[in-house]
Amino acid sequence: MAEELRVVLRNAGKIDPLKIEDYLAAGGYKSLEKAKTMSRPDLIAEVKASGLRGRGGAGFNAGQKWSFSYGVDSDVKFVVCNADEGEPGTYKDRIIMEQDPQTLLEGMAICGYAIGSTKGYIYCRGEYPYVVEILNTAIEQAKAKGVLGDFDIEVRMGAGAYVCGEESALIESIEGSRGEPRFKPPFPPVVGLWGKPTIVNNVETFAAIPAIIEKGAAWYAGIGAPKYPGTKVLTFTGDVAKKGFVEVPTNLTIREVIDQFAGGVADGKKLKAVQIGGTSGGFIPESLLDTPIDFDSMGAIGATLGSGAVFVMDETRDIVDIIDRITKFFAHESCGKCTPCREGTHRMHEILTRINEGEGFEDDLDTAAKLGKVMSRACLCGLGQAAPAPVLTTLEHFKADYLAKIG
Amino acid sequence: MSDIRLTINGMEVVAPSGSTILEAATLAGIEIPRLCYDKDLSPLGACRLCVVEVQGNRLLPASCVTPINEGMIVETESEAVVEARRTILELLIANHPLDCMTCDKLGDCKLADYCYKYGVSDTPFYGDQHFYDIDDSNPFIIRDMNKCILCGACVRACEEMTGQDNLSYLGRGFDRKATTASDVDYIDSECVFCGQCVAVCPTGALTEKTMHGKARRWEIDRVRTTCPFCGTGCNFDLAVKDGKVIGVLSNPEAPTNGRSLCIKGRFAWDFIYNEKRLTTPLIKKDGKFEEASWDEAFALIATKFNEIKEKYGPESFAALSSARCTNEENYLVQKFTRAYMGNNNVDHCART
Repeated sequence: MAEELRVVLRNAGKIDPLKIEDYLAAGGYKSLEKAKTMSRPDLIAEVKASGLRGRGGAGFNAGQKWSFSYGVDSDVKFVVCNADEGEPGTYKDRIIMEQDPQTLLEGMAICGYAIGSTKGYIYCRGEYPYVVEILNTAIEQAKAKGVLGDFDIEVRMGAGAYVCGEESALIESIEGSRGEPRFKPPFPPVVGLWGKPTIVNNVETFAAIPAIIEKGAAWYAGIGAPKYPGTKVLTFTGDVAKKGFVEVPTNLTIREVIDQFAGGVADGKKLKAVQIGGTSGGFIPESLLDTPIDFDSMGAIGATLGSGAVFVMDETRDIVDIIDRITKFFAHESCGKCTPCREGTHRMHEILTRINEGEGFEDDLDTAAKLGKVMSRACLCGLGQAAPAPVLTTLEHFKADYLAKIG
Repeated sequence: MSDIRLTINGMEVVAPSGSTILEAATLAGIEIPRLCYDKDLSPLGACRLCVVEVQGNRLLPASCVTPINEGMIVETESEAVVEARRTILELLIANHPLDCMTCDKLGDCKLADYCYKYGVSDTPFYGDQHFYDIDDSNPFIIRDMNKCILCGACVRACEEMTGQDNLSYLGRGFDRKATTASDVDYIDSECVFCGQCVAVCPTGALTEKTMHGKARRWEIDRVRTTCPFCGTGCNFDLAVKDGKVIGVLSNPEAPTNGRSLCIKGRFAWDFIYNEKRLTTPLIKKDGKFEEASWDEAFALIATKFNEIKEKYGPESFAALSSARCTNEENYLVQKFTRAYMGNNNVDHCART
C-alpha cells in the first residue's frame, strides 16, 4: 500500500497559515538562516544535488536553473514565482499558498540569496483574489518579523490568460505588456524580467526548497523516482470516487495513485482514460496505467506529468466530445502571436467540432494528426506545442471513438 | 568576434558567433523562407515559416531567432521542415481572400511566392474566415486586414522606424489583429502616413492607394531618385509605368534613410501631373498674363535681371526656389544666383 508523503505540504492543516508564529514554531525560516551560512555556489550545488526538477510542468533541474542566473554578472536580478495556476483541473498551488504561504516565501528568499537577488514577485492567478490576500498578509507578517532580510516580495495578479502561465508571457505581463511569449533563447535565467536575470519557478518548486535545505539534498534525492526525485502534489478531478489532493513520492504508478488515493473510478465503473498534467496532457488508456508518474516515464508513453492534475474519465464518457471542448479551450487561450498556434488551434477546434457533430470525414483525422504534429514541433511556446497532445494521444489510443462518429 | 563552425544541409559553414541560423545560412548562400523576419526590424520569431531542423532538438526552432552553436547540424529543407512550412502556408491561405488575380501586390507578395515555392495551391483547412472592412479612409494607404498574415512588421516599423507607435495587437488567437488603438481607421488614429508599414508589409494587406489598379508589380520600372522636399537627402524609387510616375517605393539601400520616408517623400508627388501646372511661359502684358515662347521669356528675364543688377547692385537680387522642382533645377537656381547674379541670397521652401 502506497503512502502519502508530505514535503511541500508538511505544514498543511497543522498550522494557521495567517500566523507566521505558527510557521516559525514549526521550524520556519530556519532553512533560510541555514542557507545564508552557506556560500552561494554551495547552496546552488545542494539544490542541484537534490535533483529537484521544476514542478510547473517543464521538469528542469532547479539548481541548474539557479546556477545560470548566479553566473550572470548583473546589478539587479529577480526571483519570480509562477502562481498563475491556469491548467484546468490543477489546484495544487492554491492548496500550498492557502495552507502554508510562508514556506513559499522562504523558498523564494533562499533562491534570492542563492542567485544574488533582493526582489521577488509572485504572479498569482487572477481567479485567486483571496489567495492574493493570504499572500499579502503573509508577506506583511514576514516583513514585520524581519525574517526575509533584504529580500522583498510583491504580489502581481494575472488577468485570466492561460498563456501567462508560460514563463516569458508571465514576465511580459508583469512588465505591463500583452501576455505573449518571447522567443527563447535567451532564457529568463539570463535575460528575464526587464531584461535582467530572472528565476521563474513554480509554487510547488519553491515550497520544496526549505525542506531540502533543512534535511539535505541526499534525503530528497532518495525519495521517489531517481531521475525525478521527491514528491508531487496531485489533484484529482473527474470520475474518481474521492476528489481532492495528495502528495506522493514520484515513483508510484498511475494506477496506484488513482486506486489508492482517489478511491478508484466512481460508482464502480470502468476507466476509459486518464489525462494527467492538465488540459495539455496526453490521454492515457487503461493499458498504460502501470506507468510510473515521474516526468520521464510519462514522457516515454507520450504523456506528461505536467502540473500533476489527474483527470479521470469513466467508460461512459464521450472522448471525442471531451477533445472538442479541449480544442475550444486552446483556440480561446492562444495569444495568436505565432501562426501555427493562432490558426492551428482554431482549425483544430473546427475539425473536432465537425467530427463530434457527425459531419467529419476520415480525411479530417489525417489532417488533424498532421496539424497536431506540426504544431507540437513548430509553435513558438509551450502552449501551442502542447495543445495538440490530447488530440494526438486520443487519435492513437481511441481512434475507434473517432471512427464511430464518422460512421 | 570568434567564428563558429556548423553544418547546414551537409555543407560546412563558418559564421561569426552571435549569428542566427538564418544569418549563417544566408552567408552560405542558403535562402530560408521567412515572413516576419525583416533585417531592419527587431526579431519576432512568430511566423514560424523559417523553422529548421537542428539535430538533437525535438522542436523545429525558428532560424531567425536561434543562435548558432559550434558543431550544430542544421537541415533547412528536411521532410519535417517542408511539412511544417506547407502546413503553415495552408493555414495562412485558409484565412486569406486569395484574390491574387486583382491584388496590387502580386509579384511582390511573399505569401504568394512561398506558396508557389512549396506548391501550396489549396488548403485542407476550411471554416471561419475574417471579413474585415477595408480601411480606405485616407488618400494614401489601403488597409485590407483580410490579407494580413500577422507578421507584425507594420507594428514594429511604426514603433522602431518611425517612432510613432500607432499600431499594436488587438484580440487573441484567431481574432488577433494588428491595428490602431481601439481599431479605428488610420485617418482617425495617430497615423502620420509615413507609409513605413506599407514598405515592410510582405503581403497585400497594406498598399499604396495611388498605385491601386495601375500596374502589376512586374510592370513597374523603378527609377532611383533623391527626395527634393528637404535637405535630408532621402533616396527612394519612383514607380514608373509606361513613362508615368504612379507612386514611390522605398529603396532599402538608401544610404541616409533606408526604407524610411515621410508623408511628403512617399505620397506627395502627385503635383507632377497636376493640370494647373504651367507648361508654357507667361508674360504679363497690359496687366494680363499672355502665353509666350521660351526664347521670348528668356530674353525678357535676361534683360530685366541685368538691368536690376546694374542699377541696384548684386545684393538687390534674391532667389527663392521650390521643393517641387527637381534637385537639378534647384542646383541651377543657386548656381545662377551665386555665379551670375553675384550674391548668396538663395532660399528654398523646404529649408530643413
